[in-house]
Amino acid sequence: MRTRVLVVDDDPALAEMLGIVLRSEGFTPSFVADGERALSAFRESRPDVVLLDLMLPGMSGIDVCRAIRAESAVPIVMLTARGDTGDVVHGLESGADDYVVKPFKPKELVARMRARLRRSEDEVAEQLTLGPAEAPVVIDVPGHTVTRDGRPIALTPLEFDLLVQLARKPRQVFTREVLLEQVWGYRHAADTRLVNVHVQRLRAKVERDPEHPEVVLTVRGVGYKAGTA
Amino acid sequence: MRTRLLAPVRGARRAWRRSLQLRVVATTLAASGVVVLCLGVVLVHRITDGLVDAKRVSAVYEAETGQTYARQQLQALRGPQDAELQRTLYSVGGNLSDRAGRAAQFGVVLVPADRALPPVYSGHLVRSDVDIPADLTRRVADDNVFAYQYTQMAPDGGRTRATLVIGAPVVTTAGSFALYYLFPLDAEASTARLVQNTLLATGIVLVLLVAAVAALVTRQVVTPVRAAARTAERLSAGLLQERMRVVGEDDLARLATSFNQMAANLQRQIVQLEDLSRLQRRFTSDVSHELRTPLTTVRLAADVLYSARDEFDPHLRRAAELLQTEVDRFESLLTDLLEISRYDAGFAVLEAEAADLGELVRQSVDFIRPLAERAGSDLRVTLPDEAVVAEVDRRRVGRVLRNLLGNAVEHGEGRPIDVVLARDAHAVAITVRDRGVGFRAGESQIVFNRFWRADPSRARQTGGTGLGLSISLEDARLHGGWLQAWGEPGLGAQFRLTLPIDPTKRLTASPLPLVPADAGPPALAGVTGA
Repeated sequence: MRTRVLVVDDDPALAEMLGIVLRSEGFTPSFVADGERALSAFRESRPDVVLLDLMLPGMSGIDVCRAIRAESAVPIVMLTARGDTGDVVHGLESGADDYVVKPFKPKELVARMRARLRRSEDEVAEQLTLGPAEAPVVIDVPGHTVTRDGRPIALTPLEFDLLVQLARKPRQVFTREVLLEQVWGYRHAADTRLVNVHVQRLRAKVERDPEHPEVVLTVRGVGYKAGTA
Repeated sequence: MRTRLLAPVRGARRAWRRSLQLRVVATTLAASGVVVLCLGVVLVHRITDGLVDAKRVSAVYEAETGQTYARQQLQALRGPQDAELQRTLYSVGGNLSDRAGRAAQFGVVLVPADRALPPVYSGHLVRSDVDIPADLTRRVADDNVFAYQYTQMAPDGGRTRATLVIGAPVVTTAGSFALYYLFPLDAEASTARLVQNTLLATGIVLVLLVAAVAALVTRQVVTPVRAAARTAERLSAGLLQERMRVVGEDDLARLATSFNQMAANLQRQIVQLEDLSRLQRRFTSDVSHELRTPLTTVRLAADVLYSARDEFDPHLRRAAELLQTEVDRFESLLTDLLEISRYDAGFAVLEAEAADLGELVRQSVDFIRPLAERAGSDLRVTLPDEAVVAEVDRRRVGRVLRNLLGNAVEHGEGRPIDVVLARDAHAVAITVRDRGVGFRAGESQIVFNRFWRADPSRARQTGGTGLGLSISLEDARLHGGWLQAWGEPGLGAQFRLTLPIDPTKRLTASPLPLVPADAGPPALAGVTGA
């Protein structure tokens, strides 16, 4: 089955060009040009991945992102004209998994989408435990579920991947660059804010007190590591 | 000990320098003090002189009367051998003394020139204490002159006090005598003292009063001035709404009005500038978005054409290739222009976090290595053993490093390139050294100029935009750091990036020298600061 992509962009020429590129790469794109209709289009087309322009007429890209994230864990890749302003951090905080800065190359875009679509195919029953001994966070890797005290914690696939990456080597300190490579699939140095923002989002969900993390620890000046009992 | 003693002195000096009111009050106090003192001294002198003069006039009259009486009494005798002489002397002395009354306002001494006869003293005088000044004795007894003199004496055995001594010669057929009147100036002295004390007290009160008035008056002036100073401080702290209260129509009200006008003008101009800056920001952001969206479409289209170029005939293929490379160049130029305009508009934001600079250097070197290999330059990296962690904006520092390394490769003539990272307690430094053509001493400033090219005639190898070093310089400044260049024709160039470990601290020195050790006397070096 071909991968369905929802392109939310108001520029018709860019949307059409994206369509050409995506079709040639074997995706099935559908399009919506404004923010108001983005959510209904999303519900209709049930895409596997969303390409979302941040600057949209009607509802802003940030709001669309938040609305989609509220009802789905679908991978969202933002298209943004400005890579260094608060927009990117805003977009990531409102639930986007990754972003590409205009103008991007087709290969770059496709690589970002593929990285988000790539699912781990371990069928081996693997269970990982981390966090404090009295209230551990339990990860069922093949089942894609995370629980604490039996209660499930809803994570997006990206957050899940990030947590599993850290949990599999609990003694290792991961630099942001290594995480970018292994979780996001970047081969060259990329924006480390991706890691920062997603670690914060992850902490907000798995930590008892995000101000004093016990599950995902910061190693100052180096990166992050899993907190183990 | 010394400093502890000096501390209050220093405090007083600071208060003196800082308070106009204190200075005015102190000056008034000093000036009015001097004036009142002078006036007081003159006044006391005049009053005392007046008192003493009045006393002398009456005393002289008394003495002349006594002199006449004594002369009459003694003239009546029959020469110096008169048996009555001794008795007459006593009766004259006694009678003259009696005139002084019970209050003993004066004492009388009658001294015969004939030393065989004893002097006659008023009853209340103590003989041994009566000490007629020798000067007066000589003039009265020897020269037969009526004379007086002021002296200090205690003729009645009491305390020593000012005394007017009047001497009158009494020359008769019965012989020569000297009649002395001793007038104690008790009443005059106490009156003078009273006047003195009254004047002193009045003077002090007057001076204090004047000082208080001065304080009050200066306060009236200083208070609005202080209010103006406070308002100015608040204005400069950014509270542009701050104004002074205008009361009445006097000069101070005019000061307040002018001040408020100035504040209003300033506020208007600042708001205008802020609007301009906001407009510029909006414009940059809009241009960015508006240009980037079509550029993305062009970029995607160019890529589609480029990947299909093998199916085209040679002309079209070449066109597709050119389109591809020029879109690349256009893109990096646009990126750099937008970055520069972001700095010009003043809204570049530092996103500092703790980062391992060694790792950043490694990444940048890895990034540039393919280019260096193509150019034939060996990249030699010297890093400290331990991690060098500083609060920096990774994206910006990475960009600076890639820029410096790119330049070194482009201008390095295929010779080795050295990259050194070092740190001290306050700063980290990274130097990038090439051994290419270098540049002249005067050019170390202008290498940072926008669109400056080392040698315009040289063919460009890498697609630099000419803005890289300008942006890098701004990146360094945003960190509170330095980006400096050294160069010498034939020896190559070295760029040094120095960043404070804590971006809120000021840099004072760099852990690495700007001029490389193999580069001769540093005086020749062209050095520029950022």
